[in-house]
Amino acid sequence: MRQLLEIFWSFLKIGAFTFGGGYAMIPLIQHEVIHRRRWIEERDFLDLLTLAQTAPGPIALNTAVFVGYKHRGYMGALSAIMGVIVPSFLVILVVAIFFASIRDNVYVDAAFKGMRPAVVALIVAPIVGLTKGMRWWLVAVALAVAMVVWYFGISPVWFLIAGAVVGACVVARRGGEQC
Amino acid sequence: MTLVELFVSYLKIGFFGFGGGYAMLSLIHSEVVVSHGWLTNGEFSDIVAISQMTPGPIAINSATYIGYEVAGIWGSVVATVAVSLPALTLMLLITHYFLRLQNNRYVKGIVSGMRPVVVGMIASAALLLMFPKSDDGRSFIDGWSWAIFGATLLGSAYKVNPIVLIVLSGVAGVVIYGFL
Repeated sequence: MRQLLEIFWSFLKIGAFTFGGGYAMIPLIQHEVIHRRRWIEERDFLDLLTLAQTAPGPIALNTAVFVGYKHRGYMGALSAIMGVIVPSFLVILVVAIFFASIRDNVYVDAAFKGMRPAVVALIVAPIVGLTKGMRWWLVAVALAVAMVVWYFGISPVWFLIAGAVVGACVVARRGGEQC
Repeated sequence: MTLVELFVSYLKIGFFGFGGGYAMLSLIHSEVVVSHGWLTNGEFSDIVAISQMTPGPIAINSATYIGYEVAGIWGSVVATVAVSLPALTLMLLITHYFLRLQNNRYVKGIVSGMRPVVVGMIASAALLLMFPKSDDGRSFIDGWSWAIFGATLLGSAYKVNPIVLIVLSGVAGVVIYGFL
């Protein structure tokens, strides 16, 4: 029980102090989980990052499940995931409850008018880095997906499934199997 | 009924949430704005801004917020649990079969097949907010918007912390639209 609480507490700290998404929390996890608690080793951490990025879902949650499970099994995974979720859940719930009553305030509205284009810029910023090293026709595929999802409102889920099937098929063909 | 719809929508978002927060935005937009009409484009954009400023992953933040908007406190509980479930179960499976999966060539093939789609999803999230299909909640309303956009892009290229950039643009908004 004590160990489960320790896992919960560690991930609560990680959840409460990560602003701005997954990658920002990597150094924090490293400090807490490897150096302070010694729950996993440095080289396992690299594998963990690859896995957490490969699997669907927020990187923070995936990391929590991995570390919690390695250390204390299923209950460990559950404690860790609760730790990540609780701070974010409580903060947003408070914001959601009070935001409605201030949203129409002139200055709040003005602030959000300023923040909206900034949000778009933050989404655009990583795209250039991501396309680096991609072949031109893969960039063209990415562009086509973006246009179709945006213009026709088709769910990106279909393209993810198609991408997965094509990727698996290419590997199968290379192995001389039928696809 | 709404709770069930919320649960299914966020389960989908969690299950197909490859590629991290920004890629998930286009999934969330597709479910919440396009399919169910729970939020307008403008409200969606506001929630993204709030998520940037509050701790925790965007997927969790948006689930809690949108769940509350749609169906109160239970809505936020249901959506948050639903978005976390796939990560929990899939990661447990992967962690369990860790060594066998990691070097599996099919897993590698599937991941590389999805990569261009993930990049496209991030770009579509940007397009959806830049050029929305309805007039409500435009992100770009005048020249100032483009100036803020350019400044944020520049700041981001110089690795300025995103929270700082969001807060600064909020201050700029108050000055420009509140006082000028």
